[in-house]
Amino acid sequence: MTPENLIWIAMLLPLVAIALVFIIGEKSPNIRESCTIGIAVTLFWVTTRLAGFVFSGGRPSFKMGEMLPGFEIAFTVEPLGMLFALVASGLWILTTVYAIGYMRGHHEKNQTRFYACFASAIFAALAAAFAANLFTLFVAYELMTISTYPLVTHHGDEKAKKGGRIYLGILLSTSVAFFMLAIAWTWTVAGTLDFTPGGILAQPNIDGKISDFQLSVLLGLFAFGIGKAAIMPFHRWLPAAMVAPTPVSALLHAVAVVKVGVFSILKVSIYIFGIDLISETRLGEGANPIMMSDWLCYLAGATILLASLVAMTKDNLKARLAYSTISQLAYITLGAALATSDSVIGGGMHIAMHAVGKITLFFCAGAIYVGAHKTNISDMRGLGRAMPLTMGAFLLATLSIIGLPPGGGAWSKWFLALGTVQTGHFWLLAALMISSLLNIAYLIPIPIRAFMTPAGEAPMKFKEAPMMCVVPLCITAVGSVALFFFGNEIYDVLLPIATSAR
Amino acid sequence: MIEQLPVLVIVIPLMAAPLFVLIGNRKLVLLLTQLVCWTVFGITVSLLSRMQYGPISYELGGWPSPYGIVYNVDYLSAFVMLFVSGLGAIVITYAPKSVEREVHHSKHSLFYASYLLCMTGLLGMCITGDLFNVFVFLEISSLSSYALISLGKTRRAPLAALHYLIIGTVGATFFLIGIGLLYQMTGTLNMADIASRLQAIESSRTMLVAFAFMTVGLFIKMAVFPLHTWLPNAYTYAPSVVTCFIAATATKVSVYAFIRLIYVIFTPQFAFERLPLDSALMAFSLVGIFVASAAAIYQTNIKRLLAYSSVAQIGYMLLGISMSNVGGLTAGITHMFNHALIKGGLFMVVGCFALRIGSLKLEDLRGAGKTMPLTSFAWVVGGLGLIGVPMTAGFVSKWLLLTSALSLELWPVAVLMLLSSLLAVVYIWRVVEILYFSPASHLAKTAKEAPMAMLIPTYIVIGSTIVFGCWTVYSAGIAHAAAESLLGISQMGGVQ
Amino acid sequence: MTDFLGLYNYWIVIFLMMTGFYIVIARENLIKTIIGLNIFQTSVFLLYITMGKVNGGTAPILKGSHSGESHGAEGHGAESHGAESHGAESHGAEHGQELHAAAEGHLDSGVEAVTEIYSNPIPSVLMLTAIVVGIATTALALALVVRIREEYGTIEEDEILEMDRNS
Repeated sequence: MTPENLIWIAMLLPLVAIALVFIIGEKSPNIRESCTIGIAVTLFWVTTRLAGFVFSGGRPSFKMGEMLPGFEIAFTVEPLGMLFALVASGLWILTTVYAIGYMRGHHEKNQTRFYACFASAIFAALAAAFAANLFTLFVAYELMTISTYPLVTHHGDEKAKKGGRIYLGILLSTSVAFFMLAIAWTWTVAGTLDFTPGGILAQPNIDGKISDFQLSVLLGLFAFGIGKAAIMPFHRWLPAAMVAPTPVSALLHAVAVVKVGVFSILKVSIYIFGIDLISETRLGEGANPIMMSDWLCYLAGATILLASLVAMTKDNLKARLAYSTISQLAYITLGAALATSDSVIGGGMHIAMHAVGKITLFFCAGAIYVGAHKTNISDMRGLGRAMPLTMGAFLLATLSIIGLPPGGGAWSKWFLALGTVQTGHFWLLAALMISSLLNIAYLIPIPIRAFMTPAGEAPMKFKEAPMMCVVPLCITAVGSVALFFFGNEIYDVLLPIATSAR
Repeated sequence: MIEQLPVLVIVIPLMAAPLFVLIGNRKLVLLLTQLVCWTVFGITVSLLSRMQYGPISYELGGWPSPYGIVYNVDYLSAFVMLFVSGLGAIVITYAPKSVEREVHHSKHSLFYASYLLCMTGLLGMCITGDLFNVFVFLEISSLSSYALISLGKTRRAPLAALHYLIIGTVGATFFLIGIGLLYQMTGTLNMADIASRLQAIESSRTMLVAFAFMTVGLFIKMAVFPLHTWLPNAYTYAPSVVTCFIAATATKVSVYAFIRLIYVIFTPQFAFERLPLDSALMAFSLVGIFVASAAAIYQTNIKRLLAYSSVAQIGYMLLGISMSNVGGLTAGITHMFNHALIKGGLFMVVGCFALRIGSLKLEDLRGAGKTMPLTSFAWVVGGLGLIGVPMTAGFVSKWLLLTSALSLELWPVAVLMLLSSLLAVVYIWRVVEILYFSPASHLAKTAKEAPMAMLIPTYIVIGSTIVFGCWTVYSAGIAHAAAESLLGISQMGGVQ
Repeated sequence: MTDFLGLYNYWIVIFLMMTGFYIVIARENLIKTIIGLNIFQTSVFLLYITMGKVNGGTAPILKGSHSGESHGAEGHGAESHGAESHGAESHGAEHGQELHAAAEGHLDSGVEAVTEIYSNPIPSVLMLTAIVVGIATTALALALVVRIREEYGTIEEDEILEMDRNS
């Protein structure tokens, strides 16, 4: 099984899933679900095999053909994309199991459409992960927006419609107005859109086709155009998408949508600009020229802090988690903007760490909704007695999000902090520390209060969420801690993306 | 037989039309019309496939050019004829049930005969190399479309047709004045001959006036803002089948005539360098795109919404043409093709709604997503094409326009173009929300899914917007070849 | 001065064109609008037809076949067409001398020199077609007006718009 074949097989599998789900339809939900799980497991197996090749240095590629004269759809796998694909395919299995529990426990309608759109979102994620050029990435990016819209508006009521409007409105506007423009500009200047180690803009910058200031503007167009990375002020779609059923939120906020966003930002920084170009291009004369990406670093830092502050004010658990996600995504954008070897690797690691940690938190939120019908944190006092596994998992995952050992997030935070020190952005270092404190403030109280008995009332009886919901969230919680111990391996795997730039 | 193909593509439908009026039996006429349309489509396919061997020149009656009328088939004309006849064939296959419902029985044979005449006129405009012949075919297609539009159900149909007639005739007459003035200057009506003789003449006032008259005449026919006022009413009140066909083809063929005017007869050097036509065209197109898209957002009738959208899309085509490089021209020509498919498909969807729900008002379509799922899904896919999402045909045109604008450093044009496509998101998504998110209206609740005989052609056309969004060898590829040969001609300037 | 008066045909054309156009725009009665359209089209017919007239030219009808002609009528026709094209090339109202000489010189070569000056038949022929188109348009327009009258009961445009606004 050559690695090239593995690429297209990996992308074909979700499409097969879509077909099977539609063919089986409502006739036999159990067979339908087992098809999805079967394909998800196969996909994970394929991606791990592919990872074997890629992490030992291989860069397999696969061309599909020209979509437009001069622009082709092509796939090349490199370590960052491979990591993303692994995360996506692994978590698909768990999310599907969880979704079965949730959708059935909640008697949701339109489940065929649900599982089919899920599969197409995974397909889009894989296509983005393996994209060899900006054009393919853009196609996959838009495909993701379209395929997740029916998931966000699943309930079909007025609230869903309004949420869907904000979701689609912001994502399509930013991608058409900024992202597409940025890609076309890059092509006009560089003559190619291929992801190349070291970037493709260094030579045009030297040739004078694009000035230093224009590079900064282009970076801005990319940063704002990739709306899925939820940089302020284009972050509103994330809380708006909370109208979706929780498995969708788990998918959106851990696996597919947001990770495509920050992944794209990382890819653009590393393989289009090149971390050397970003860190070495200075704007302004005099004693203190600033890095061309300085404004982005500070914007990311502001997003980190502001989102955490807003999260503290939210009583609805999913809303709080949404703002927490916005904050955590800004970490990765910060890593890209700082453009040092360590910060970029930290950002890549955080894709994995955050994905596993956040998905656990969302799984818990959904389990609480299905098992105890509670959505507000103020109602969750004492819930730990009724749902010890759920709350325990919540506590474990929180460690990762906060960045405390033994949570995996500790590693990514460490490397990001290193990056801020290396570039002299001490204010940003402070921002990272403060945000950890804020994370503690808005996340830890939830499980702690849950394990306390409500004053004067009898302790709740044990009544966990359905097993199919609880098992996945326990697995991911353990995973978020396990990743801590694999920090070194992940670092080694991602190292080539930073060093091959030289 | 093969050598006669260029003339057969005109003769067959032209002779069939009066014959079918005589036959009278409406079922037989329907069948024969479908046969004729598919035959003509086959002929255009074979003509296009011959283009790899070079352009074809067919002299009518054996009279040598430039004395006789010549039919020229090159990449551009073959391409336009292909999608005109293709859509003509698909729409007539889709037509029967819709025509049953919307046109009175006694008028059916006349309806199909006029349909064939309209197609003849449009194909003739594409294939002919004689300027007066263009006028004749233009009038043939226009007159038959006035007749077709007037067959609509409501009493506003003949009024809309009359308004279109008056404005359209004024436009065609302007075009005729331009031809007359050109004839005075050059003494010939053959387009290639005119081009070469115009080269010898330094710009004279007569030339400018001729150009102005012809341009304004074609602007009326193309429905360029602000001369577009006939279009919304004509599209809205015509029978659904008529709107499908005309919206997909008529304005595009006038754009084709405009391309010939600028790039073959008058040469881009004259139009864009001596006259500021490129900036004027860009300004008109951009204003038209924004105004028409904004107007579409506020419509309550779904056909009128799409009609304003069509006016906006013509703007994109002209935007491409005004950038007189290969990229821009390719973009404009590709958009002619892509928009024909997308708009034709969307109007076919509307025809399905009209058949089952019986109303075109958006408030009556509420909730139709549940009772007519296939039709509604076709709207979503077609709508995505109109917005320009990747993997649809609309994206191909937008991308080509964007990259040409940037390569010419026309930043404001690029930015405005992108912003305008966001307006399309608003009006398309309004309908999607009405279809899927609203409680069903009284009419929608009792509606059945559209009949297969209409759904299958609709899905063929909508499906092709996805196919040509991913596989552009035969759309953008051919457009590119056409653009190159056009610019090659004008560079030679017809010096003989 | 002669130029101004000499271009009298164009002045008539312009007058008719503007009259017709004005009627189309300004008149509210549908029948009058159609008449205006007709006048507008007629002015264009006049434009072409007067354009074809050659100073001193006679009606372009060949008188029988000339003896000794090897080309036959076709060749003769082609040659005079060529001569007429040459003639029409000289813009505007400059008919006359040059054309005469050109025609003569052209026809001199090997054929019986027939110093006949013909007016250009082409524009008249083109206008035959255009007149037919105009008739068809008028017929269609009148048919539409009949239907509008049936539906609305009036042919005044302002009343029709009023009825549409109210319905």
